[in-house]
Amino acid sequence: MKQIDYHAFPDEHGRFGDYGGVFVAETLIAPLQELTAAYVRLRNDPVFTAEFEHDLKHYVGRPSPIYHAQRLSQHVGGAQILLKREDLNHTGAHKINNTVGQALVARAMGKRRIIAETGAGQHGVATATVCARFGMRCVVYMGEVDIERQKINVYRMKLLGAEVVPVTSGSKTLKDALNEALRDWVTNVHDTFYIIGTVAGPHPYPMMVRDFNAVVGREARAQMLEEYGRLPDVITACVGGGSNAIGLFHAFLNDQNVRMVGAEAAGEGLASGHHAASLAAGRPGVLHGNRTYVLCDDNGQITETHSVSAGLDYPGVGPEHAFLKDSGRAEYVGVTDDEALKAFHLLAKTEGILAALESSHAVAQAIKVARGLPKDKLILCNLSGRGDKDVHTIAARESIEL
Amino acid sequence: MSQRIEKCFAALRAKKRTALIPFVTAGDPLPSATVAVMHALVEAGADAIELGVPFSDPMADGPVIQHASERALAKGIGTEQVLQWVCDFRQRDTRTPVVLMGYLNPIEIFGLEKFAREASKAGVDGVLIVDCPIEEDASLKPLRNAGLQCILLAAPTTSDPRLQQIATAAEGYLYYVSFAGITGAARLRVDEVETRVQALKKLCETPVAVGFGIRDAAGAHRVGAFADAVVIGSALVSHLEGSASADEACRRAREFLAPIRAVL
Repeated sequence: MKQIDYHAFPDEHGRFGDYGGVFVAETLIAPLQELTAAYVRLRNDPVFTAEFEHDLKHYVGRPSPIYHAQRLSQHVGGAQILLKREDLNHTGAHKINNTVGQALVARAMGKRRIIAETGAGQHGVATATVCARFGMRCVVYMGEVDIERQKINVYRMKLLGAEVVPVTSGSKTLKDALNEALRDWVTNVHDTFYIIGTVAGPHPYPMMVRDFNAVVGREARAQMLEEYGRLPDVITACVGGGSNAIGLFHAFLNDQNVRMVGAEAAGEGLASGHHAASLAAGRPGVLHGNRTYVLCDDNGQITETHSVSAGLDYPGVGPEHAFLKDSGRAEYVGVTDDEALKAFHLLAKTEGILAALESSHAVAQAIKVARGLPKDKLILCNLSGRGDKDVHTIAARESIEL
Repeated sequence: MSQRIEKCFAALRAKKRTALIPFVTAGDPLPSATVAVMHALVEAGADAIELGVPFSDPMADGPVIQHASERALAKGIGTEQVLQWVCDFRQRDTRTPVVLMGYLNPIEIFGLEKFAREASKAGVDGVLIVDCPIEEDASLKPLRNAGLQCILLAAPTTSDPRLQQIATAAEGYLYYVSFAGITGAARLRVDEVETRVQALKKLCETPVAVGFGIRDAAGAHRVGAFADAVVIGSALVSHLEGSASADEACRRAREFLAPIRAVL
C-alpha cells in the first residue's frame, strides 16, 4: 500500500480527503480568501515565525515539559504514562498557542477588532488575554447556558477587558456561539478578525489553528528523542473540536509506529444518546463551514450534546480528525463522564496534578491503554489544561458544597 | 426541467415589471398555514416563492428567521414535510416557481440524490443552499441532474473576477445579497446596491434578484427600479409571527404583500 504523506494536507481547497472545505455564505468567501492569502504568506515569513516563537517562549512559557507520571503508572501497573504539560502554559491550557498566533495574523492584517466564540470560556480567556496584550478590542460570544455554568471564566474575560455577549439562540451553547460569531463577522468583515478556537470552521481555520498548536507535537517529539531516546508507542489526547489532539498528533502522523488515540466525550455513555462523540457515534455532514463528522438527527438537524466537560461539548469535530479516522491513521474512542472523573481524582492523588475535565478524558484513555501494555512501553498523553476552572463542577457533581 | 422560473421572468419582462419574491419559513407561523400562505402570497401578487427549509444552525440568518426556524423545528418540521407541502401547493398552482432555501446538512442527510428526485417530483423549481458556494459546487450535481436549478448568491464582498464566475454559473436567477450582514438587518444602501446590480446585470444572462434588508413598499420600490426581482423575507416572517390560525396568517400575508406589489 502506498503510504500517505499526512503532512500534505489540506490541499489548496482546504480539503483533508473528503473533509474540510469552505461551506459558508458567499459574503464570507472574500474575507476567508484574504485570510488564507495573508496566512500562507506569514507562515513562510521568518520575521513572523520568529515573533511567534519568541512569544511562545517568553509569554506562553514554552517549552512545556514532558513529565513521567511514575506513581500513576505504577498504580495502573502497565505501560509508562508520560504527560505533555500544556496545563503549565500561561492561562492554563494549550489554547493560548493558537490565540497568540492568530492575534499576530490579525495585527499583520491591520484588523483591530477581534471576535471569538467560547464554550467553557478557556478559548475566550485565551483570546481576551492576547487582545489585552496587543491592545485590541475583544468581543466574545458565549451561550447563555455556558455563561451560567462558567461564571468565573466570564469574569476573567471581563477583567481582561473583553466584552462577553450572551447568545440566546438555539441550544444557547458553544455551537450557537459559533453561529453568532460568524454572523458578527459577516456583518463587520471590514475591520474584524475572527479568532476561532478549534480546528473546525471553514478553510483556512482547521489548517491555521492546527499549525499554531502543532508546536505541542513538535516539542514532544524532540523531547521524547532527547529524553527517552525513542518515540512513544502510543499518544493520546482528548477531542472536542480537536485542537489539542491535532496539535499533539501532527508531528507524529508520518511515524507509522506511533499509535494515536483520540478520546471523545461519551458523556453518560454512547448508548444513552447523551454524549458529544461526533467521530465515534456521528456521521459525515456539514457544520460551521466544513464537511466533517457531526451529531445530527435523521432530518439533518444538529443535536444537543452532553459532556461533563464544557470544552468537549460540541456536535462537530475538526475535519482533519474525520480524515484520520477514515484513513485509519488514528482511532477515536469514547470516554464517559464517570471515567474522566475517576481519572481526574487518580491523577490528583497520585501525582498532585489537577487536570482539566477535558484533559481527564485523555488521562482516562491513557490509563485504559496502559493497562493492556507491558511496563517498557511509553504512552504520551496530552495534559491539555489545568483543572482549577472545574473544581466547582466537580464539587457540585459530587454534592459537595464549597 | 420545469422552466417555470424562465417563463415567469420572460412574462414579467414583456410587461416590464419587477418580480416580487416573498420568503417564508416552512412550518411557521403554523404548520397548517404553510400551503395556504403560499397561495395567499400568489393571490397578493407574488411571482415566485422562496420557501425556507428549517435548520438548527442557520448561520447566515438574523434573529427573525432563526426564531421562525426554531419554531418550525420545535413542531417537528423536516425536509420530507416541506417537500410534501410543495406537492400540495402544486395541486392548485402549477405556474408559480418555488425555490427551496436552506442549508446543506439537512439535504445531505436526507440524501442528495433522493432529495433531488423527490424535490423535482414535488414540483420544486430551484434550490438555494446558503452554505454552498461555487467552490463546493460538486455537492450540487445530483440536484442539477434532476433538473433543479441551483440559485447562486453574490455579495458586496464578492470580487469582480469571482462575480464573473458566478454570473456564468448562474441558473434561474442570481440572488444579490444587498449588504454584508445577516438576513433582516437594517443596513440597506440603495445607491451602492444599484451600482453593483447594474454591473452584475451586464455579466449575467439570468435575472438578478436583490434580497436582505428590504422591509416595505418604499424599499421595494427603490430597489425594484433597477433589480429584476425583489426578495422580502424577514419583514414578512415577522409580520406573520403569532398568527393564531391559517386564515389569520393568510390575511396577514395578503395585507403585507399587496402594498409592495402595488409599487413594483
